[in-house]
Parts: sequence; C-alpha cells; structure tokens
Amino acid sequence: MIPEIGHFALVLAFAVSICLAVFPLYGYLTSQDGFCATAKPLALLQGFALAVSFGVLMYGFLTHDFSVKYVADNSNLDLPWHFRMSAVWGAHEGSLLLWALILAFWGVAVALFSRGIPDHMSALVLSVMGMISVGFLAFMLFTSNPFVRILPFAPGNGADLNPLLQDPGLIFHPPMLYMGYVGLSVAFAFAMASLISGQLDATWARWSRPWTTVAWAFLTLGIALGSWWAYYELGWGGWWFWDPVENASLIPWLVATALMHSLAVTEKRGLFRSWTLLLAIAAFSLSLLGTFLVRSGVLTSVHAFANDPERGVFILGFLVVVIGGSLTLYALRAGKVSEPGEFAWISRESFLLFNNLVLTVMAVSVLLGTLYPLLVDAVGGGKVSVGPPFFNAVFVPLTAILVSGMAFGPLAKWRKSDDPKLYRPLIVTLIVSVLVGLGWPSLLAGSYSIGTAIGVTLALWLAIATVVDFQKKVGLYGGLATTLARVEKGMIGMWFAHFGLAVMILGVVMVENHTEHRDLRMGVGDAQRLGNYDVRMTDLAVINGPNYVADQATFEIYEDDQLFKTVTPQKRRYNASGMVMTEASIDSGLTRDLYIAMGEPLGDGDWAVRLSVKPFVDWIWAGAFLMGLGGFISITDRRYRQKFEVKKGEASGEEVPA
Amino acid sequence: MNRLMVWLPLGIFAILVGFFFKGLSLDPNEQPSALIGQPVPVFELTDLMTGERLTREQLPRQPFLLNVWASWCITCQVEHPYLTQLSKQMPVVGLNYKDTETAAKNWLAKLGDPYALQIFDPTGRLGLDLGVAGAPETFLVDSNGVIHLRIQGEVNDRVYAKKIQPVLETIQ
Repeated sequence: MIPEIGHFALVLAFAVSICLAVFPLYGYLTSQDGFCATAKPLALLQGFALAVSFGVLMYGFLTHDFSVKYVADNSNLDLPWHFRMSAVWGAHEGSLLLWALILAFWGVAVALFSRGIPDHMSALVLSVMGMISVGFLAFMLFTSNPFVRILPFAPGNGADLNPLLQDPGLIFHPPMLYMGYVGLSVAFAFAMASLISGQLDATWARWSRPWTTVAWAFLTLGIALGSWWAYYELGWGGWWFWDPVENASLIPWLVATALMHSLAVTEKRGLFRSWTLLLAIAAFSLSLLGTFLVRSGVLTSVHAFANDPERGVFILGFLVVVIGGSLTLYALRAGKVSEPGEFAWISRESFLLFNNLVLTVMAVSVLLGTLYPLLVDAVGGGKVSVGPPFFNAVFVPLTAILVSGMAFGPLAKWRKSDDPKLYRPLIVTLIVSVLVGLGWPSLLAGSYSIGTAIGVTLALWLAIATVVDFQKKVGLYGGLATTLARVEKGMIGMWFAHFGLAVMILGVVMVENHTEHRDLRMGVGDAQRLGNYDVRMTDLAVINGPNYVADQATFEIYEDDQLFKTVTPQKRRYNASGMVMTEASIDSGLTRDLYIAMGEPLGDGDWAVRLSVKPFVDWIWAGAFLMGLGGFISITDRRYRQKFEVKKGEASGEEVPA
Repeated sequence: MNRLMVWLPLGIFAILVGFFFKGLSLDPNEQPSALIGQPVPVFELTDLMTGERLTREQLPRQPFLLNVWASWCITCQVEHPYLTQLSKQMPVVGLNYKDTETAAKNWLAKLGDPYALQIFDPTGRLGLDLGVAGAPETFLVDSNGVIHLRIQGEVNDRVYAKKIQPVLETIQ
C-alpha cells in the first residue's frame, strides 16, 4: 500500500508539472494575471508531491520492502541503514527521482526567493522549469518507474547495492552534483524567459547571477566529492580519469564558469548579451547531454548503470525538444539584440572575453574527446578510445594560458584599462613566483622537473596576484574589517575561488609529477622502504563484516625507526553479489598522503601490494572546496537582498489605498 | 551577433543529434562471444530433478534455449513466467547455476517447472566453460548443439522479438 502512495505522488507531480508548464505561459501570452499567479503555488505543490514520493521510496528501503523491484535490486537485509538511505539514488530509477526532486526543489526556491522579480518573469521562469520537469517525470513514469512491484512473489532478500556504492561518498556526491547540474536549469529558465518575453536587456543577467553562482558552487563541490570518492574507494589511487561521465560533469562546469564571468559583463556593462544567453542555454543543455550519455549506454563508462536503448531514444527525443527548441528560439530572437557600449583592447571586458574564449575552447575540446569514439563508430570507423594523453595534452596548456590571464583581470578596470600603474604589483608577483617556482623542484628528491617548475610558478603567480588584489582593496577601504564589510561579496567570493584554483593546481602538479609508487609482492614480515617511511606487513587476517568477508592486512609504518602508524587495508568480497572490492588505507597529511592497497593474493600467504606516497594530493580537493566556498560567499551579497527589499517596499506601497 | 551566426549553435546540435541517434543502435560493450558458432562445451553433470547422469548428447535434437538460472537470482524470477510461456513453443533447458539442490527444487515447486531438462551445476563448472558472467543468461542452441546467440539478463517479449526470433528463423 505504502509504495502506491509514492507512485500516486509521482503521478500527481507529473500532472502538476504539466499545469506548471502550460498555465503561466498561457497567462503570459494572453496577459491574464490569474494564470500567471498559478506558477508559484504549482511549483510548491510539485515540490511537495515529489518529496512525498521520494520519502516513500526511502521508507521502502529502510523497511526492506522487497516487493518493490527497485528495492529488491539494490538493497539487502544485511545492508547497514545509512547505505539503505543512499541506495535510494544508487541506481537508475532512484537517481532520476532524485534529479526530479532537486529540479522541483529549485523551482520551490525560485518561487520563494523571487519576490524582487516581476511576476510575469518569475511565472515564465517557473513555466520553463515545469516543461523540463514534464520531460523527466514522463521519462520516469513510462520507462523507469522506481515503484514497480514484484507481486505476488516478493523475494525474501534483495540483490544488494553495488558494493562500489557502499561508501559514505555516495551519500553526498550525487545529491551535490545534481544540485549543480539541475541548478543550471534556473539560469537556463531565466535565459528562456527573457527570450520569450523579448526583454533582453541586462536585468535578466542580474536576476540569474546568484542562481548561476550557487549552482556552479554545488557543481564544483559535487565534482570534487566524486573525484575524492574515486581516489579512496575505487582503489586505483588516481583522482581524475577522464572517464566519459567525469567529462560529462566537467564540460557543464567549464561552461558555467564562463557563464558566471560573462554574466558579470552583461550585468555591469550590458555587453556580450547574446553570448551570455547562449552560454546559459549551453550550460544546462550540456548537463542534459551528460545525463543522456550516462543513461543511454551510448558511451562506455564505469557509471553506466542503465544501458537501455529504449530509454536512450526517449532521452534523445527530450534533448531534441529542450535543446533544439531553446536554440531555435535563441536564433530567432538573439539576432536582434543590439550591443550598446564599447570597450578598449585592454580593459576588464577584454580580459573576461579572453577568459570566456579559453574556457569555451577547453569545454569544446573535452566534449570532442569524449564524443570522438562515438563519432568514429557512427561513420563506421570501428571502436576507438580517447585516453588521458589527449586530454592532458589539450587541457594542461589551456589551463596555463587561462591562469596567466587570471592575474590581470581583477586588477583591470571596466571600459579602458591601459594605465601600466594598475599592473605594477604584478612585477613583484612575477619575480617571486618565478624564483620560487624554479627553486621548488630542486628541493625535491629525484631529478629536476621542468613541469613542476612551470606548474608551481603558475600556481604562485595566481595565488600572489589574488592576495595583491585583496591587499590593494584593503588599502583602498582603509582596513581589513571595513573592506570585508563594504566590498561586494562577489569580490570576496572571487578571491576565494581564484586562490582555491591556485591551491588545486599546486596539488595537481605535485601529485602528477612526484608520486612515489611501488607494486610489490609482500607477505607477513616483509618490509619496504618508501620515501621517508618503512612499511612492514605484520599480520593477515580474515574479518567478517555485516555483508562482506574481508582479507585484512596489517601494516606498521615507521618513520625514523619510530612507529608512526598502523593501518589495515582490506580486500572485501560482498556476500550477495560476490563482487570484490579494494578498501585502501590512506594516511592523509598536509604535504602527502600515504596510500596502501591490497591487490591480488599470490599464494603462500603473499599478496600483491600497492604502496604510494602522494605529495599534496589533498590540496586538489581543498582547492576545489575553496572555490565552492567562494561561490556561496558571493551570493550573500547585500545587493541581491536589497533588490528584493526595495521591490517589496514598492509592492506594499502599491497596496496602500490611494 | 550576426543574423546568420545565431543559427550556428542549432546547426551543430542537429549534426550531433544525428550522430547520437546512430550511436544508440551501436553497443560500445557488445563483444562477440567466443562461443558463438561453437558447440556447447562437453559436460558430465546430473539432472536436478531425477539425479541421473546428463551429458551433451542428451540435449534436444531441435533448436532450444539454454537458460542459466539460480534460486538466488531475482531477475530469474522476473523472467520465469515468460520462459514458462515460451516453453510451449520450443524446449527450454535449465542450467541451475551455483545453487543448492533444496533451494532450487523449492523454487521450481513454487513457481512451476517449464524446463525440458534441468542440468544441476552447483560448482558452476559448465557455467565457467560457457563464459557465464552471472544469472540469468540464455543461449540459443541449434539442433546440432551449436550456440548461435547469447543473451545476458532478462528474456522478455521484446528481447525475443528483437534478438531471438531473427536468429531462430535462420536456423530452423
């Protein structure tokens, strides 16, 4: 009975989403305020219905209701409760439900926090989001319903959640990522609303800026969490694999980053209007494309958990309607947009244009590399794969170019900025970063690495330039406290984000060039020298977990003959699925991670063991965290709140009887 | 922006859609099974129901389906009604894979036994020879015992119409 309530709520949400897609748009086109006014209540109702639906599915997992096929396929009596909760989004149907729920959540957020925006505008925005919702809910109800039952013979036990996903990382990674992916739908909806209404001035940019920034921040954290999860759970010890699904999240991220910067130009100077609209459409379209790539089985990937051509055709049709429709509208309307105002060759505008250019080239190269196997296969060229060498060869130089320019942008002024005095602080920045950068590799063991020297120079160049800009502002406002109080929060956010990127680059450069790595055969009593550490295997045991059996090795790590730490990596075999998983032991530190993982048993009680020292690897995720934090700081700007308050004041003013 | 340039994104997208549509009909994971065109491997096991010795020679002398199943496999339960229906048209031979005798017999007693023969393979040896990755899997075998098709996962009317029937027509 309970699952039927969830099913019913899903159908209800579908019906509501159709109303949400139709009524406000109809109201706008026929100038009937009554229809426009349905947008907000409908958005709230849709959010409620999907929350109920999601809650019911989670209840099914928590109570082991194996009569629900999705629960039976992805849970087990022995599965711990916190993984039963995250198992809700552990496979195709449930993760779609999460997608739809988050889309509805963003709709609710727009309904609640858009009081400063004219009613017809927020009605159009919610209507566009409703259209997206219709597509997703139809997809779920017709091809991927999570409430399908196995009756009358409900199995006594479930098939268990994919062991790869039995990890705390799964609890947070998909929701964060979806908040980002789906959050971009708000920027998309604002762009569409302004195209529909023909109101293509700078105002839509101001309205959609905070939404874009917060979606970008979620996307940043989501990707970083995924990378961190891959690092410690997949047992390969890498942090980025250029897997198609990773790329599918990176491409919208790059476009969204470009969009954030381009929105700034559109808002402040009214320039790049049609370009910004295109980026807003592209960012969300590429998120949808990512979904298509994962769900349809068009590309091979570790993430592809539902390869079903029928679903693929449905999503492709949906993509054609959403992306094709929005690009057609764009083509019809954006050609008429005028671009008032000019800017000099050297100005903040041109630096931001440069930023957009490089980010777009990056996004297009990653997209091409990801789709290339598909394109070749489609023209009969056979199966090929594009690997990390291609992506690194393209991505690394482009990042270097991007970072070089990032020091100038914040210092430059709008319109015209060719006064050399503005850039004088960069001379010191350049000298310090080059000297330290060149010296850095010689402090490290092993031969001198040019790549490290360049990478560290770039990271320092960006970090110091960011600090210099900050100091300049502090000087301008006369003190740290006043600066923090009076400067635009977006500025503080930018400092965090740029500094975070520098931190991340340092981590990437160090871990890629200076990881010390051994694959060896070890048995109890064997020891191995690794960097400054001696690693000794002292025990092998068999451990019984709640739903798995593990071979567990105990390693003692000595530093200068002192016992530094004891770690216990495992090789687990999950009972229900028989899948074998590696649980690596990682000792994290500020300047290095010590990584120990068990490989294969080699007989005679010996195991293949993988030992690594990974310098500065945690800086990658620390940097990404700073970037995401920067995004969240930006949206606290008083400017966004003030707008609402002013508008509210006006609105209440109108209510006063004349 | 130029009046014509604004149509460019739509044009690029249209071309991509063409490729994606083509891509949907290509399976990046499809690996031609090494056993296609090969006879069913030699085996010597027992019949689950009778306990009698079973070998390759006792397989049906007409096209049949070899269905790998187990009582612990949930999808097997899902496809069982369809196989039962299918067994009226052509013989379905069961390969009970990595299971226990009692559990398997209980399962058949509860859900019905449409199988012409029931090969009992508790250690999964024949499954290994067949290259079985998990249950359910279904093989289409012709009257000479040669394998023509391998299906991983559930057999239903869609899979039958799309994959089994076209091959079946060529071997009958």
